Amino acid sequence: MNTLFDKIWDAHVVQKVDDGPTQLYIDRLYCHEVTSPQAFEGLRERGLKCFRPKQIFCMPDHNTPTHDQDKPIADPVSKKQVDALEKNAHDFGLSYYGMMNRKNGIIHVVGPERGLTLPGMTIVCGDSHTSTHGAMGAVAFGIGTSEVEMVLASQCILQTKPKSMRITIDGKLKKGVIAKDVALYLMSKMTTSGATGYFVEYAGEAVRSLSMEGRLTLCNLSIEMGARGGMVAPDEKTFEYIKGREFAPKGEAWDKALAYWKTLKSGNDAVFDKEIHFDAADIEPMITFGTNPGMGMGITNHIPTTEKMDAVAKASFNKAMTYMGFTPGESLLGKKIDYVFLGSCTNGRIEDFRAFASLVKGHKKSEHVIAWIVPGSWEVEKQIRDEGIDKVLNAAGFEIRQPGCSACLAMNDDKIPAGKYAVSTSNRNFEGRQGPGARTLLAGPLVAAAAAVTGCITDPRELMK
Amino acid sequence: MKQKFNIITSTCVPLPLENVDTDQIIPARFLKATDKKGFGENLFRDWRYDKQGNKISSFVLNDPTYGGKILVAGKNFGSGSSREHAAWAIADFGFRVVVSSFFADIHKNNELNNFVLPVVVSEAFLANLFKSIYADPKMEVEVNLPAQTITNKATGESEHFEINAYKKNCLMNGLDDIDYLLANKSKIEDYEQRNK
Repeated sequence: MNTLFDKIWDAHVVQKVDDGPTQLYIDRLYCHEVTSPQAFEGLRERGLKCFRPKQIFCMPDHNTPTHDQDKPIADPVSKKQVDALEKNAHDFGLSYYGMMNRKNGIIHVVGPERGLTLPGMTIVCGDSHTSTHGAMGAVAFGIGTSEVEMVLASQCILQTKPKSMRITIDGKLKKGVIAKDVALYLMSKMTTSGATGYFVEYAGEAVRSLSMEGRLTLCNLSIEMGARGGMVAPDEKTFEYIKGREFAPKGEAWDKALAYWKTLKSGNDAVFDKEIHFDAADIEPMITFGTNPGMGMGITNHIPTTEKMDAVAKASFNKAMTYMGFTPGESLLGKKIDYVFLGSCTNGRIEDFRAFASLVKGHKKSEHVIAWIVPGSWEVEKQIRDEGIDKVLNAAGFEIRQPGCSACLAMNDDKIPAGKYAVSTSNRNFEGRQGPGARTLLAGPLVAAAAAVTGCITDPRELMK
Repeated sequence: MKQKFNIITSTCVPLPLENVDTDQIIPARFLKATDKKGFGENLFRDWRYDKQGNKISSFVLNDPTYGGKILVAGKNFGSGSSREHAAWAIADFGFRVVVSSFFADIHKNNELNNFVLPVVVSEAFLANLFKSIYADPKMEVEVNLPAQTITNKATGESEHFEINAYKKNCLMNGLDDIDYLLANKSKIEDYEQRNK
C-alpha cells in the first residue's frame, strides 16, 4: 500500500475484471524482431490497425550480426525475421530504427538513452529484461507474444497485480564492487524464484549511490530472481540523466513532468508485502559457477557442497556441475577461460566500457582469449570513440564490434563453442544459452576485464592495486 | 490453439528437475520463426537430441515407457526468458497440462494464453505424484478444471488448485483476451481522456 509501485499501477488502471486481472494501460511498447512477428500476424488476421502507433518503438537487436551490418544478414532465417519487423513497422506506421541507423541498438539500452523511458510510465516488451527500464522509476515488465498483440490492438494488457517487495541495501559498496556484483549477489541470496509473484523496489544507501547506468544494470537482473519487475524511485540523478534527451519533455512540459516525477516515491507509511535487507559490506566481486544466475558466489569463495540438499535439489546441482565441468567445494580462481564477452542489455553502456578499459589499460589481452567487445548501441559506440576508449582497448589488443544482443543468447553468429568457458557480462548462464554446450560464467565488466588479460578467473582487485 | 478445456484424464510424463528454464524448453536458435508452427519438434531439443541429431535415449521424451497429455515438473518451471515459444512448444508437442509446485510468472501466463493449464500443487503432492508415476507409468491423473481439482488416481490423493475465474472462463470456453479488450475500447478512450 502507498508504495511507488502502487502509485504507478493504480494510475494506469482502466478497469478491474471481477475475480480476474486488471486491465492496465500501457504508455510504451518496445518491439524487437523475435517476439513480435506472430503478434503482427495476429493483427492482420483480425483485420485490425495498431491502436496507438505513436507510443510504440521497434528495432532489431537479437539477430543483428556485430560485424558488416551494412551488408544483408548472411543467415537467411535471421534476415527474414529482421525484414519482417521492418515491414511490420512500416505497414502499421510505427517508429523503426533499423541496422546501421545511428539510433539502433539493444532495445533496453536505446529506450533510456533516447529519453523514451520516463518515470511514472508503464512499459512492456516481449522480453524478460524489460525490467531494466524500472531504473528510471517506471513500471516495466516482460510479456509474451500474445500480450504484445493485445497491446498493439488496444494499448492495454490484462495482468494480475503482483505483490510488492522492497529490497534495501544499506552501507557503502567496497572498492572493486560495482552494480553487476550487487545484482549477482542479490540473485545468489534470493535464488531464481525468490521474488516470483512480486514487483521489487530497490532502496537504500548503496542503491542510491549507483549511477543511472548502475541502476539500469541492477533492475535488468530482477527477472533472474523471478520478480515481475524491479524499480528505483527517481531522484536528482534520474532527472539529470533524462534532461535534454531526444524524447524527454522540454520547456513547460519539462517543468510539469518534473513536478509530477518528484512525487514518485514510496510514502513513509508505505507497506510492502515483503521487506528484505542486505548490507553492502557483504558484497564482493561476483562470479557464477552454475547454470542459473542464482548459482553465484564471491570470486574468492568456493563452490558450495551438496550434503545439505534434498534429492531433487542435489540432482539439479550435480547436473549443473557436470555441465560446467566443476566440482563442489572447489575455487574458481586461476581456472583457464576461453572467451570474454563485454556487452548486452546488462552491461553494454558507456560506464561498462570505461570500467573494462580502466582495468585493461597498460595490459594486453591474453593470447588464447577470444574477446567480443560489443557496445549496446551506436550511441554508446560513438561515445567510446569520442572518449578515446577505443584507443585504450585497441592498444590492449581488443577490437570493438557493432551493437546488438550478440553472444548473450547467440542468435547471431557470435556463439561460444561447446565446452568452452566464457566470462560474460550478460544475464543468463543457462545450459546452451551462448551456444550448445557453452559454459558461461556471469560477471561484471571488471571481473571480465581481469579474466581477459590474465586468461583465467582473477580477482580484479589484484589488478587495481 | 483455442481448444476448450474441461476434464483431462491422462498418463503423465515425469521431469523431476527444478528450475527448468525456457532456454531448455525451447533454445534461442528456434526463436527465429515468424509463425507459430512446428515448435513441438524442438521442445527440450538439446536434451532430446545430440549434436548429430540422434535421440538421447535416457531423456524421458524418448522413453516409450512414459507418455501422455500431462507434464509433471520440479519447482520453478519456466524460469528465465519470456519467450512464449516455450508455451507453443509444450502445446504443439501435445501437453494440455503442466503440473508443478511452482511456476515462473511470465511462463505461467504464456501457458494460460495458449490453453495449456498450469496446475500448482503442494510439494508433498508433487513428490507423491513422481513416486506413483515411477511405480506405475500407466497410472493416470485427472485434472478437472470446472471443479479445480487434480487427482492422483493411483493413490486417490486429490488437491484443489487455484485459477482466477476470468482465466478459467477463457479456458473453458476457448476465449482469448484480445476479444475482451477490443469489446472495451470506449473504456480505454475514457481513460486516455481523463489522463491527458
